[in-house]
Amino acid sequence: MYGMADDATQRAAIVAAAGAVADRLEAEKEHLTDLDSAIGDADHGSNLARGFRAAADAVEDDEESSPQELVKKIGVTLISKVGGASGPLYGGSIMSASQTLEDGLTGETSVAFAEAYLEKVKDRGGAQLGAKTMVDALTPAVHTYKKSIEVDDLPPLTAFAKATAAAEHGVEYTVPLRAQKGRASFLGWRSVGHQDPGATSTWFIMQELLAVADDYLEGEVDVDARSPTIPDETPEEVEES
Amino acid sequence: MIGLVVVSHSQKAAEGICELAREMGGEAPLKAAGGDGDEGIGTDAERIGEAISAADEGDGVVVLVDLGSAVMNAELAIEMTEANARIADAPILEGALNAAVEATNEKATVDSVLEKAEDAREYRKR
Repeated sequence: MYGMADDATQRAAIVAAAGAVADRLEAEKEHLTDLDSAIGDADHGSNLARGFRAAADAVEDDEESSPQELVKKIGVTLISKVGGASGPLYGGSIMSASQTLEDGLTGETSVAFAEAYLEKVKDRGGAQLGAKTMVDALTPAVHTYKKSIEVDDLPPLTAFAKATAAAEHGVEYTVPLRAQKGRASFLGWRSVGHQDPGATSTWFIMQELLAVADDYLEGEVDVDARSPTIPDETPEEVEES
Repeated sequence: MIGLVVVSHSQKAAEGICELAREMGGEAPLKAAGGDGDEGIGTDAERIGEAISAADEGDGVVVLVDLGSAVMNAELAIEMTEANARIADAPILEGALNAAVEATNEKATVDSVLEKAEDAREYRKR
């Protein structure tokens, strides 16, 4: 396993990540709102941008909180500032998953966080894979991240880069699907052909987390989610082992 | 006494349903938690949490909800409150009326009010 950054570095990275995500969502506000106006209620961009800006502000000058408390604070702020289903789905899931970070941010705890986040999103929203939701971007991302860390023993940065690439495939996968959750589901077949806004914002958030992680961690960011992580591994060898 | 909270995307709808439920008589605390807290359409976990606290006299609260984020925000509000609150899997209007009637029963519990609210799923219109 890979070493752990000290407390101050973790806290700086969390604050930087919240700021980077807020900036990105602000920049993508209209794009996300356009996606949402096709199949939702056209508020996804503005809601998320407002919420993450408030979350970034809430942690920016916080000198007291532990890394875990900072992540929880981001979740709690999102709950109170993001309207609609995104408050409980993004904020509630971050708040709940922050319980996994009691020992700070490491490769190991970040896998636990990712899994807890995905579970909470699925549980809260009642969405399964293929329902044209953020679960379609999160599931391949979390599975790729876990496998890259726990099986392939890749550096967390490389693992997260692969996870982000996997999320992009998930976003593309939402386009031809019929929505089964949220307001989009009321549109029935008319939802086919539109990219899901929640999957898209999830991928944007991951891109920003990756960019911040790149400033703090060693590893590769230019990776393909579909490339074999152990190049000389063949199916036969896997069977034998 | 068991408290009732009505959660709708529209504050007017939530208040209107409370108004109708009050017509069933009884003194049960009934609180509306509608809208996004910013005079818009939506639901808000903090607002719902405040309504649950206001409706709770210590015996618990049954929450009636409309759609989608109302359910999620009500769940989240319940996780963050101390009160014994449960969401009724029931149509919001019919469920609220049934619940208001049961809440007048001196022996009512959260479970019994929840059960009566959920009986409203069976109502047919023709």
